[in-house]
Amino acid sequence: MPSVALSHLDHLWFQVSGTLCNLTCQHCFIRCSPTNDQFGYLDLDTVRRHLAESVRLGVKEYYFTGGEPFLHRQMTQILVETLRYGPATVLTNGTVLKDEWLETLRLAEADSCYSLEFRVSIDGFSAETNDPIRGQGTFERAMRGVLKLVDFGFLPIITAARTWDILQEDTVVSCFVAMLKKRGYARPRLKILPTLHLGAEEERTHGYRRTERVTDAMLETFDRTQLICEHSRIVTDRGVCVCPILIESPDALLGGTLGDSLQPFSLNHGACYTCYQYGAICSNPSSQSAREPE
Amino acid sequence: MKQPTERIACFGGVYSNYLALEAALRDAQRRGAERIYCLGDFGAFGPHPNRSLELLRSSNVIAIQGNYDQSIGHAFADCQCGYTDPRDNHFAQLSYDYTLAHTNEDHRAWMRSLPAQWRIELGPLRVLACHGSPRKMNEFLWESTTSTQFLDHLVTQYDADVILATHTGIKWQRALSGRRRFINVGVLGRPENDGHRHVWYTMLEYAPSEGLSVEFIPVEYDAGRLAREMVAERLPGEFVETILSGYWTTCLEVLPSKERRRGKH
Repeated sequence: MPSVALSHLDHLWFQVSGTLCNLTCQHCFIRCSPTNDQFGYLDLDTVRRHLAESVRLGVKEYYFTGGEPFLHRQMTQILVETLRYGPATVLTNGTVLKDEWLETLRLAEADSCYSLEFRVSIDGFSAETNDPIRGQGTFERAMRGVLKLVDFGFLPIITAARTWDILQEDTVVSCFVAMLKKRGYARPRLKILPTLHLGAEEERTHGYRRTERVTDAMLETFDRTQLICEHSRIVTDRGVCVCPILIESPDALLGGTLGDSLQPFSLNHGACYTCYQYGAICSNPSSQSAREPE
Repeated sequence: MKQPTERIACFGGVYSNYLALEAALRDAQRRGAERIYCLGDFGAFGPHPNRSLELLRSSNVIAIQGNYDQSIGHAFADCQCGYTDPRDNHFAQLSYDYTLAHTNEDHRAWMRSLPAQWRIELGPLRVLACHGSPRKMNEFLWESTTSTQFLDHLVTQYDADVILATHTGIKWQRALSGRRRFINVGVLGRPENDGHRHVWYTMLEYAPSEGLSVEFIPVEYDAGRLAREMVAERLPGEFVETILSGYWTTCLEVLPSKERRRGKH
């Protein structure tokens, strides 16, 4: 079983709202919902402690996910403080954003030399394609969030999990772009993610087959910087885990502090295969780099 | 004995804009640059790639290899620029195929022979010149997505007082701990997505009394002529628009939000 060393802690993630979400999406790989409190909120002191530790380790960027991060009552404050340390990205479903939060964040980003990125999850370009996955009425609610972000001067990255046939990809992307422009987002940004066959998605479609594993031979000439575990860790309320995808796996929990979590990780999960196949699936496009030639 | 002032000029991303290169070389020599460094990406975007290459080589510019030059040199399938968006990749491929088809084998052999990094002495300062970052040739280090502690880590790990890079296409610099510094030296190939036609290079000067000073220098050139030549070579209209308007029309999806908001697309 191949093992991947952390070359450097570039991306520090925070599972800031645990598995708590106001939505219950049919493809959620950690089954987030209003009642799933397997992972809880990170308190502000925990975030601060890890931000302080991250300076010594030279962390380049910070990412916040959940659940829905904006269910956290101190989310705005967390982002404001993070922008003093580095660039911040927050992954949201866009349905609970409030004007006063966005005004505070707009001002904080203007004061910072760093970008604040919003990634808004929408899984179809219409209510008909999105709502069966994310829930009744979520398309319109998320789109209101997108337009609110645009009104405040942000350029949200619409993030869609590929729940369609890959052969339809060009059409789906065109429909997304056309819809966003028509609704008033003049220069839409889009990130398409592969689905992860874990959690709820395992029931919606299927789990990983036993053959879907990364082998030593596959990594021989592979550019390992494409793998999340090569340059990331995530803080949860249970401790520091290897990556945002595997937090529920017992072997993903690596330690109580960042310093304790820097050891290599064995790629023995099906999701590692998806990461290997697609590369850099969790990063923003501005932080990805092309694979080195094999 | 009093140490003399040392002055070096640095730029990246020529992108076949030989007219801007000509203007920048003239300007750097006029300002007394003792050495001139190019941090890679000689081709792409513009017309007649051999013209820039002939100029670079005949002017004794000290060059390092960028991802584009590695690709063209070895005739790889693409430029390794790291775009993630299908539209960006479409235009990058048009440009790459044109550049590969119009670059002489002699220049390609020269590109293959270039180092990926240079160590430069500027007074007592240890300067490391690279293309994207010291650890990866095609890594994007944008101003708004690169923390100061990460840059501190790089200068420490690579034993440098100053790191010079390019690759993103937009100049910037940041002071680091211990009077160290990171500088993205900018590019000559296309404007900076700010509505101005001029392009940029960087002059670094070390004087014993003053220490290091860094000046970003705008370069005016005949953008209209370049645009006409691009049209004649049937390069995409989107590229021509960038040269004339100063706004990026492609490679947009890799921009972080702060850098993208400065443009109009």
